[in-house]
Amino acid sequence: MIKLSGIRKDYQAGRGTITALDTLNLEVGRGEIFGVIGHSGAGKSTLIRTINLLERPTDGTVHIDGIELTALNGRRLQQERSNIGMIFQHFNLLSSATVAENIAFPLSLSKAPRAEIERRVRELVGLVGLEGQENKYPAQLSGGQKQRVGIARALATNPKVLLCDEATSALDPQTTKSILSLLLEINRELGITIVLITHEMAVIRSICDRVAVLDGGRIVESGAVADVFLKPQHPTTREFVAQTEDAADARLIDTDDSKPRDRTRIRVTFVGEQTYEPVLYETMRDTGVPFIILQGTVSRLKETPYGQLVLELKGSGEETERAVLALRNRGLDVEVMDHA
Amino acid sequence: MLDWLADVDWSDIWQNTLDTLTMLGGSTLFTLILGLPIGILLYMTRRGQLLEQPVVYWVLSVVVNVLRSVPFIILMILVIPVTKFLVGTSLGVRGTIPPLVIGAAPFFARLVETSLREVDRGVVEAAQSMGASKWQIIRRVLLPEARPGLIAGITITAVTLVGYTAMSGAIGGGGLGDLAIRYGYYRFETTVMIITVIILLILVQILQMIGDRLVRHYSRK
Ligand SMILES: Nc1ncnc2c1ncn2[C@@H]1O[C@H](COP(=O)(O)OP(=O)(O)OP(=O)(O)O)[C@@H](O)[C@H]1O
Ligand SMILES: [Mg+2]
Repeated sequence: MIKLSGIRKDYQAGRGTITALDTLNLEVGRGEIFGVIGHSGAGKSTLIRTINLLERPTDGTVHIDGIELTALNGRRLQQERSNIGMIFQHFNLLSSATVAENIAFPLSLSKAPRAEIERRVRELVGLVGLEGQENKYPAQLSGGQKQRVGIARALATNPKVLLCDEATSALDPQTTKSILSLLLEINRELGITIVLITHEMAVIRSICDRVAVLDGGRIVESGAVADVFLKPQHPTTREFVAQTEDAADARLIDTDDSKPRDRTRIRVTFVGEQTYEPVLYETMRDTGVPFIILQGTVSRLKETPYGQLVLELKGSGEETERAVLALRNRGLDVEVMDHA
Repeated sequence: MLDWLADVDWSDIWQNTLDTLTMLGGSTLFTLILGLPIGILLYMTRRGQLLEQPVVYWVLSVVVNVLRSVPFIILMILVIPVTKFLVGTSLGVRGTIPPLVIGAAPFFARLVETSLREVDRGVVEAAQSMGASKWQIIRRVLLPEARPGLIAGITITAVTLVGYTAMSGAIGGGGLGDLAIRYGYYRFETTVMIITVIILLILVQILQMIGDRLVRHYSRK
């Protein structure tokens, strides 16, 4: 659906140049919710603005639904942009227009008939749950309501892609949740491909299917959210994973030097239906290896339940190896953290 | 008790008030017609803006600054040939309108540029992301969003023009300024001068009040 190839973006800054994006490749599938996470200055905004060419890349190509946007200019580009909706951190609504006028704005740009516009605005107001607010001005709305207007406006022209530039960063946690579930609902019901950028792992794990980690203008890690979240490789990714409150706090186990020699630490990860099965209990009972739980998380990624436990197994190398093997045979992911 | 008012030629005052209103109305109208596009062009051609044209911006900016730095009274004399060419005379109500416009339009253009710059860049960007053309961005985003600022600018310009029309009396432009000078300065009839000043003051008050009301009405922030 979206394909960025060899994207490079240089900014002129005084005498030097800043490379905001460095030969970056990215593909987003149809109907996917794709997250991009990165620290401030990593190039997230530049990346998302490149997708609809608000920022023209210095080098590289952008394809949306098979059409090369980077080859377009003027009117053709303006037309193509109506297939790409965008919402913003600071909402960017017309302060001089009412809710209904804001939502109607993209339709009136393309000179849609009045009756058609009115019908569509009613529909969208219902979709984002703003009934009764149609004649208010943005200044009279809460942040969450403003973002709902933003979403309705972005959807007005029935785009195939929705770009979200830090869409929840200006909102409180409760409102963030409601906006995220609205985005998820839109993705499910309208099949719209969503690209969202954020600096919060919590946003990624609650609605994204895949994620890319951006650092210094490069994608340093990407993949299915479960893979990246449960087995972060790059230091930056680890930092982001550590942000989420229920992620294992490494300090708790790493600082303990008094570990007896006959113990082995393992990290067990289970995803999906396994979460509800007594796999761990059964395996340990069968192998007879006693264990203690040093740390544990059972939670969800988007809709997928998962668990991650750090265990300390008691016994000889041989015994524990057998236990690890048995766990793996039951389909659990086991990482041996250290050997006695 | 009101003896000192008895000698005043009210019909003369009335006529000159009408002249002033005509000059004010005409010059404000043409100032807006000329200044608004120049202000928009100044904003749009600036570095980093949608029509980025450094050379155009620079030329426009220098012309505007030059016209603004020449004192109005001198400008009026300098543009007499232009005035004669445009309206056939440099005297009377008609003769004052071109210099008033040439004096005020650059000033108004800067005010337009400033109020457009106050418009949130993000809103312009949102419109771009929806596929708005540059013209649509001007018409549908910049002007409506800047409306309170533009109205305030029009008010300031109109009030400034009240002062300029009075000044233009000095070179035979007619109107209340002319009256004040004829009676007050050459004949020492202070009464007429005071009446003239009061009328100008009332005019300024009314303009300012209307402007403030409109600004308040259109402010949505
Ligand atoms: N218009 C510009 N001119 C010059 N440099 C820019 C411009 N826009 C962005 N940059 C630079 O490019 C880099 C990436 O910026 P970008 O805004 O994409 O970061 P970001 O990841 O969105 O950060 P944040 O989380 O703070 O929004 C930064 O170093 C920034 O200073
Ligand atoms: Mg940003």
